[in-house]
Amino acid sequence: MQYFVQQLINGLTLGSIYGLIAIGYTMVYGIIGMINFAHGDIFMVGAFAALVVFLILGSLFYSVPVVLALLIMMIVAMLLTSLYNWTIEKVAYRPLRGSFRLAPLITAIGMSIALSNFIQVTQGPRNKPIPPMVSQVYNINGISVSLKQIIIVIVTALLLALFWYLVNRTSLGRAQRACEQDRKMAALLGVDVDRTISITFIMGAALAAVAGTLFLMYYGVIAFSDGFVPGVKAFTAAVLGGIGSLPGAVLGGLMIGFIESMWSAYFSIDYKDVAAFSILAIVLIFLPSGILGRPEVEKV
Amino acid sequence: MSANSMKDAILQVEHLSMKFGGLVAIGDLSFQAKRGEITALIGPNGAGKTTVFNCITGFYKPSEGMITLNGADGSSFLLERLPNHEIPARAKVARTFQNIRLFSGMTLLENLLVAQHNKLMKASGYTILGLLGIGGYRRASAESVELAKHWLEKADLVDRADDPAGDLPYGAQRRLEIARAMCTGPELLCLDEPAAGLNPKESAALNTLLMDIKSSTSILLIEHDMSVVMQISDHVVVLEYGRKISDGSPQSVRTDPRVIAAYLGVDDEEVETVLTEVGDEDVIEQLDIGPDTAHGPGTSSSYLAGPVSDTIGHSEGERVTVSKGASKAAQFDAKASVAPRKPTERATAKPPGKSPTSKPRGGRK
Amino acid sequence: MAVSVSSERDTVASPVQRAFREALYAGAIALGLFILFIGLKTDQNISNQLILAQRWGLLITVVVLTMLGRFFYIAYGQPFMTNQKIADVATGLLPASLASRFFQLPAFIVAIVLAVVLFAFNSALPGLVGDKLAGGLQFLRALAVIYALACVIFYFRAFIHANFTKLGIAALVLYPILVVVVLSIYAWSIMGGLQGSLKWVDNYGIQILIYVMLAWGLNIVVGLAGLLDLGYVAFYAVGAYAYALLGSHYGLSFWILLPVAGAMAAFWGVMLGFPVLRLRGDYLAIVTLAFGEIIRLVLINWRDVTNGSAGVSGIPKVTFFGLMTFNSTDPNYIGKVLDIAQSSAYYKIFLYYLILALALLTAFVTTRLRRMPVGRAWEALREDEIACRSLGINTTTTKLTAFATGAMFGGFAGAFFSARQGFVSPESFVFLESAIILAIVVLGGMGSLVGIAVAAMVMIGGTEALRELDFLKSFFGKDFTPELYRMLLFGMAMVIVMLWKPRGFVGSREPTAFLRERKAVSGSFTKEGHG
Ligand SMILES: Nc1ncnc2c1ncn2[C@@H]1O[C@H](COP(=O)(O)OP(=O)(O)O)[C@@H](O)[C@H]1O
Ligand SMILES: [Mg+2]
Repeated sequence: MQYFVQQLINGLTLGSIYGLIAIGYTMVYGIIGMINFAHGDIFMVGAFAALVVFLILGSLFYSVPVVLALLIMMIVAMLLTSLYNWTIEKVAYRPLRGSFRLAPLITAIGMSIALSNFIQVTQGPRNKPIPPMVSQVYNINGISVSLKQIIIVIVTALLLALFWYLVNRTSLGRAQRACEQDRKMAALLGVDVDRTISITFIMGAALAAVAGTLFLMYYGVIAFSDGFVPGVKAFTAAVLGGIGSLPGAVLGGLMIGFIESMWSAYFSIDYKDVAAFSILAIVLIFLPSGILGRPEVEKV
Repeated sequence: MSANSMKDAILQVEHLSMKFGGLVAIGDLSFQAKRGEITALIGPNGAGKTTVFNCITGFYKPSEGMITLNGADGSSFLLERLPNHEIPARAKVARTFQNIRLFSGMTLLENLLVAQHNKLMKASGYTILGLLGIGGYRRASAESVELAKHWLEKADLVDRADDPAGDLPYGAQRRLEIARAMCTGPELLCLDEPAAGLNPKESAALNTLLMDIKSSTSILLIEHDMSVVMQISDHVVVLEYGRKISDGSPQSVRTDPRVIAAYLGVDDEEVETVLTEVGDEDVIEQLDIGPDTAHGPGTSSSYLAGPVSDTIGHSEGERVTVSKGASKAAQFDAKASVAPRKPTERATAKPPGKSPTSKPRGGRK
Repeated sequence: MAVSVSSERDTVASPVQRAFREALYAGAIALGLFILFIGLKTDQNISNQLILAQRWGLLITVVVLTMLGRFFYIAYGQPFMTNQKIADVATGLLPASLASRFFQLPAFIVAIVLAVVLFAFNSALPGLVGDKLAGGLQFLRALAVIYALACVIFYFRAFIHANFTKLGIAALVLYPILVVVVLSIYAWSIMGGLQGSLKWVDNYGIQILIYVMLAWGLNIVVGLAGLLDLGYVAFYAVGAYAYALLGSHYGLSFWILLPVAGAMAAFWGVMLGFPVLRLRGDYLAIVTLAFGEIIRLVLINWRDVTNGSAGVSGIPKVTFFGLMTFNSTDPNYIGKVLDIAQSSAYYKIFLYYLILALALLTAFVTTRLRRMPVGRAWEALREDEIACRSLGINTTTTKLTAFATGAMFGGFAGAFFSARQGFVSPESFVFLESAIILAIVVLGGMGSLVGIAVAAMVMIGGTEALRELDFLKSFFGKDFTPELYRMLLFGMAMVIVMLWKPRGFVGSREPTAFLRERKAVSGSFTKEGHG
């Protein structure tokens, strides 16, 4: 039982990170119906930004309180990745909006390749390890919970709350949902569609940057190629939860996190990803629009 | 139903119901279409006509009811049990769509060749023999081009045979879709608003095409254009909010007061009087529809199947609020006999013109 | 840093003013994007700790270059482009007026002379101008040759356009022979020519043709049937491992295993397709992606059979239809049988023709199938699935046949790949490969065999060519490895080509039947499918 709870906590941590990334996928998909393949790499760029800021802080000051350091890392990473995603949307996706459906998918894949290789070229191909930032571990009834995990879950929860507020209670969120339903009509009614889409990309990137910072803090290492696997998992999570649905993305993220940690704990660590992907396939066979996705009505 | 009418009925729809969640799009509908005739299915927008087509052609599985197709060779099919694609292939029912569905990137000829898929597939030995150049694929292929040409000529499109379908003007696209359906070699052709959006000239051309088709194929026709309906159909079934309110020859239907009230229009003032008479509070009624109940078409007043909302969120058997417009036929009933039913708000759509032959919708450009 | 440029101001400002403003914006954005990643570099010191190295000079250079680029683009590039007719010429690459200005006889002659001179003095160059310049001159020579070839193509463009398929096949068939002949003359020995041809035949010829074949195979699924498959590499892997394992464990011949590999891949195509083909759009995409990853992860982790990440080595070579072999130790080695000198080039040339034959088989079958009911049903499915069902087409089996046929060709290519490498490992079957293949299909123009072949040549050949830029080392220092930039440039090229031609190189569609005349269908009518 203790072991199970332990795994549950690990899964929750992992799932939070996936969920944060998944929201970016799901929002972009919701609003312009494209798979933003570069999103995983945006996450990686966020982690790298956090890494560089971490090193800058380390070289400028003798010691910085951990919370402050994390906050600064997060904010800089959010700003930077937002700029990246904003630029990418403007350069690579906007000109193709409304054209051939696969065209933006291909530019997104191209951007993903370019981003990861850009980091490889500029920062080198090796793993970048950092000394542990947070190392406290609490032991409750034989279940060990690290402070890192607590931070991750709390930050995720706070961000989700903020986010939920933004999307459901502000005029920005309303504009987003309007664009989701019918972009042309929204534009006719005075919604600045371009701006709304840009902001959607920025929001997704900011969350991915947070995920990147947390990832760096949790694992203590990042490499240029680390965007792909979490990216694909998060995308899987978004689809599993029902792409286009925000709670779905979080739910999907948590599910993938749980599946992974449970499978590694009880079966084999080698096949944890196989398990996650297989469950995705199985779920989609029975629920073709994901768990919380709106079923697609085939109007004839 | 007598054995005799069974025989010459190509299509028999019995107690058909289709529910979408709590929305009853069709409620206990029964009618038949006779072989060699044009049967028209009319009714205001949202009456459930397209849904009937979707049930017949297998795109929707009806909630209840039976749809029988009697083939010319004596075979008979229960359409609600056949998989979607087998209905055209085995039961020989072809259809067109209200929103034209052509293969717009393929040429007209290709569109008509795709329609002959199953025949050609057999001739090509399920691809394998044809790929190796064995067997009669070549001949079958030439024959299929001939058939395509035949229908292109009938639809007056042969000059554009090698152009992409998406490049055709609207009226020609309609004709092409009919020609494509005919290339499947159907016994029953279901046409969903073929004259919608056509100009008078195109409309006339369509009539000729339909009369031509009628000589070999029975037709089930959804149409708003009353001139088309009155001119070419042999039998008319009128739907309103999913139930049948009239059924008979064009003449009898056009004089049926229920139809006039429901479809061809009651005066605004009249509706108003009805509304004030019966009060305008929201009507909430328990839905309880089954083919076993003794509701005969036209007498049932409990089928409140108005368009609740675009997205359906009602589970079956739930209470349903009727919004938008309530049945006008029911309003007529209410007016005539102070029926125990209460229509709600007045129709949002403007009631159509007053003369029985006018078009209720901007059908013509 | 939100930049909004009001269009009213644009019309008032002159292009140069506007360009200036735009350049400033671009510079600011570039500064923001690059400050952390180009300005600073994370390095490991001796005690393996991360430290930051500073590269402000590089940062400034990059930012200034971005600004200049933006400036010239807005000030001169854009007006120039809008003045040009966008109409496509036969080359499909440049607007006609621009092309005729670019390809001119005097320039052509200069290029030829330059190339000949540089070839003639090749060995003397380093002595004359030093190593550094010699590398640059060699590059210049390559450019001159490419320019001259492009001129010839441009001059004969009408003829080439009319006979593209025939000429293309002829060029592909003659390519290794030409390479060997030219290089033999150049080296003045046949052996030298054979040896020198290795790179051209293997790195360029075979490599490109493998991608051509894969992309043609995927084209059936994506281009014709409109089903978005992001895991195509899985079938490639199945084929590769089928040959690798069966060939090395049971010693079965390639010629037996080739169909087996294709059949196994097709089988997996059906296995995957059966449950997932009712999914639509992006759901199908993610499941196929997941399937590709599952296959790769199984290959990594099922160590008893696949030997894990270490891969399978010692995969037997293909024999010359069982008559001769390419192992110099064998008694019926081709050199011994034909009594010619030993060279590894024979095998490469043989492999070249083998993959060419396989690719042409793919093209032949695809063209043939398109004119048959299945092929038409695939395309109809891409156009409108509901209409297909209303015409009695069983969409499930139609999709399955598309999946299986595409997978089968992937399997063939996989078997060839493992025979060529002699070694396979899961490394070769990552998602990136699927992405590249898909990109080639889309860049080429969905459904167009010619476009796809051109796209493969440009994208794969282009990135291969970057390996040739070693001379840049002498300019940028020893640390500079042009190869590192390969995938960066590849990714950017994908974006640029897509922005430039969203419908791919060949956007039009060739109809499969005609009554009076065959007219290409413009890309604006074809749909891309939703599955
Ligand atoms: N797939 C569906 N899901 C939910 N409601 C539907 C669906 N198809 C049709 N309806 C509803 O059924 C009613 C009848 O529609 P329809 O048959 O298209 O009417 P008509 O063709 O007579 O204009 C409408 O209220 C429509 O909204
Ligand atoms: Mg309708």
